[in-house]
Amino acid sequence: MTLKDTLPVLAFPHPAKPRKHADPDQLAKAIAALRGALESETRRATADTPAQEEATPESFSPVGTPPTAPYKVNAAPLTRVEDTRTDALTRRITAIHLPHFAMERWLRWSTQHSQRPPEDLPLVLATEGTHGPIVYASNRAAEVEGVHIGARIVDMRALCPNLRIEYADVGGDQAALARLMLWMRRWCPWTATDGAAGLVLDTTGCDHLFGGEAAMLRDMEERLAGLGLSANLATAPTHGAAWALSHMGGVREICTAANLIPRMNALPVRSLRLDGGTIQLLHRLGLKTVGDLIAVPRISLARRFSRAALAQNPLIRLDQILGQLAEPISASEEPPRFSVQANLPEAVQDPTAHLPALCEALCAQMAKSGFGTRRICVTVFRTDGEVREISVATAQASRDADHLLKLFDDKLEKIDPGFGFDLITLAATVIEKLNLHQSRLDGEGETGAALAQMIDRLSARLGAKTITRPRSHPSHIPERAEIWATALHAPAPIKSPAIKRPIKLFDHPEEVRVLYAVPEGPPAQFVWRKITHRVVRFEGPERIAPEWWRDMPGTRLRDYYNVESQTARRFWLYREGVLGDARGNTPRWFVHGVFA
Amino acid sequence: MTTPKSTTQRLRARAKTVAVEATLAEVFSDHTSDGASIAFAAAHLNAGGKPVLWVQDRLSRKETGRPYLAGLPNAMQLIHVDVSNARDLLWAMEEGLRCPELGGVIGEVWGDPAMLDFTATKRLALRSEAHNVPAWLIRHAGHPNLSAARLRWRVGSLPAMNNPYDAHAPGQPLWRAELFRARWRTPGEWVVHHDRDGLHFDHGIDRQTAPLQREAL
Repeated sequence: MTLKDTLPVLAFPHPAKPRKHADPDQLAKAIAALRGALESETRRATADTPAQEEATPESFSPVGTPPTAPYKVNAAPLTRVEDTRTDALTRRITAIHLPHFAMERWLRWSTQHSQRPPEDLPLVLATEGTHGPIVYASNRAAEVEGVHIGARIVDMRALCPNLRIEYADVGGDQAALARLMLWMRRWCPWTATDGAAGLVLDTTGCDHLFGGEAAMLRDMEERLAGLGLSANLATAPTHGAAWALSHMGGVREICTAANLIPRMNALPVRSLRLDGGTIQLLHRLGLKTVGDLIAVPRISLARRFSRAALAQNPLIRLDQILGQLAEPISASEEPPRFSVQANLPEAVQDPTAHLPALCEALCAQMAKSGFGTRRICVTVFRTDGEVREISVATAQASRDADHLLKLFDDKLEKIDPGFGFDLITLAATVIEKLNLHQSRLDGEGETGAALAQMIDRLSARLGAKTITRPRSHPSHIPERAEIWATALHAPAPIKSPAIKRPIKLFDHPEEVRVLYAVPEGPPAQFVWRKITHRVVRFEGPERIAPEWWRDMPGTRLRDYYNVESQTARRFWLYREGVLGDARGNTPRWFVHGVFA
Repeated sequence: MTTPKSTTQRLRARAKTVAVEATLAEVFSDHTSDGASIAFAAAHLNAGGKPVLWVQDRLSRKETGRPYLAGLPNAMQLIHVDVSNARDLLWAMEEGLRCPELGGVIGEVWGDPAMLDFTATKRLALRSEAHNVPAWLIRHAGHPNLSAARLRWRVGSLPAMNNPYDAHAPGQPLWRAELFRARWRTPGEWVVHHDRDGLHFDHGIDRQTAPLQREAL
């Protein structure tokens, strides 16, 4: 790399002039420029020492501990810039470009519905543009006729009169790509979508499981071809380089950290993931390749593109492609720390037979590290490019293989195997520290373990919401004083009031017709569920006012009576409101509970 | 050398021995919305700090309400299971009876479902005895048909005792409990009340006078 400038100069136009409001974009650019300048100085200082490109690879395993911070983005102190760069170059990123994803997906759909058009019929998928429909995807016959993506449909129809037009499903394509991204986790745990028709995988340390990078890429391409998708793949130390090689490189190109810069030098500036305007500007400036751009002094580039958006700034894209600026792959969720998988020689439809061994292996892994799981998840990778999963939760951290296996008893038949799957993964998605403990010397059952396992079994079969435990809630309204919380969570101590309360409470109070001597007094007789009850004895009223900080305005107070009928049954009745409280008409009566 | 006994002989021999500590009992009541049957079963469960599994099917919950902890015997820990049919109810009760850390299992079932036959009740009874977890099956609106429950009660409310502080108010609740089938006991009929000291079974108690004497003492 040739760098002409030597002085670490800030890229601010007028650094001496203090600004009232610092623009965050400008600040970010300034930091980037400062870091680049400092870096060049550091590199010059260490020019004599051999470059540490062949740093020791990280101990990364697809099923082991994921790196919590793969790149030190901004937290790294400026003195360790060099370390950050070499660290970044030890990663292996695989980019997959699916050039005809939308069209191939549509062709697959039409084949399934026996509507596939002949190969030589020009076909385009259209979507709405600013001035009428435009071409979104086209097949080979249409391309031969001169149809190109982004052109207006009316123009293309003039060019090619027998053009067949179907409407594109853009949202469906994105959803399909997201599903495919999950399916790609059969190769590595860290995958993300990249644009409208691209995927990016962090395959660091995964390639040896498939016989090296070349074999892994061939395997990926074969399996994608099996799904009817054509793909361009490339592996490189950075996301930017992998993207560039997958779009503009050779077939299944593999770029090592050592030949990253020579390989990038030859690529056109289009490979920097810039928009059309910026590329045109660079062409006008005479910068056709990445190598041209590297040769330009950084300070000039920083000044020239100081107003550009961050994603369209060639300097930042250049730093990303060369690994000087971190660009981590943001997967939607963190890969599980404990995970085991079974690779099957041929597709099967029932995972039951493989689960005991997987459970054993997972529990052995967790026991080794002193962890237990609260939620485990079975994932099957179907041959048709889909992923299905089923998860079960436990009330207490557990690594008892038999118990975990039992939780899947009735669930596995709900998994949709499609035409079969050839990879099963069992992952502990929620883990907790679980140390061995012995509560009794004679080795009898651990306290709480059997109870938690019973709750697990009930929740796994009946659903976690149906197994509940009461919990005290600071409220004086009877139905709010106890709330029912899921039993999968830890129980809370409950305190019962000293007042007499019914043994059963109705979820919804039931209205009754009441006869009374005086409107504010106790009921003399009431009709509930078509049966007339005569009140023999009563106790009350106990007045419970509404919670003004929570209830709607106009909520009426309640006067509770504990009454005993002539058949010796005891009820908890209340009158909602009193006459003349200006909150409605004649108060209504309800049965709220039953006494012992 | 001992001759192997048949299953019947073994069961008969066990029936003659002393009563087991925990077993399956059924409770019937004349009125569906009578709280006496629930209170009677809950009063029997002397859980001693252990939680109680309370399984309700949907109709029982709608018709008779949900258990309210503030009205249950003191310091009872509850795990409530809300199921939709008798099959799930029986399964949940069996799962609960397998867990020796439970203080008891209460199941409320509505009507006479076909699932609840002799075999199902026998499974519950044997499992309850094997793991020493008492099981109570509350049969709302049910008929006392064939069942393997070792104890079968019919419980109803009686007019409560007098309240010593308020002449118009009901006091301590009284129940009429009829044991109409029992394996290790003589069937009979009692007037029952439950207080701090536990359950009290009395014969032919004079409902108006005796409670007052108790209070005076």
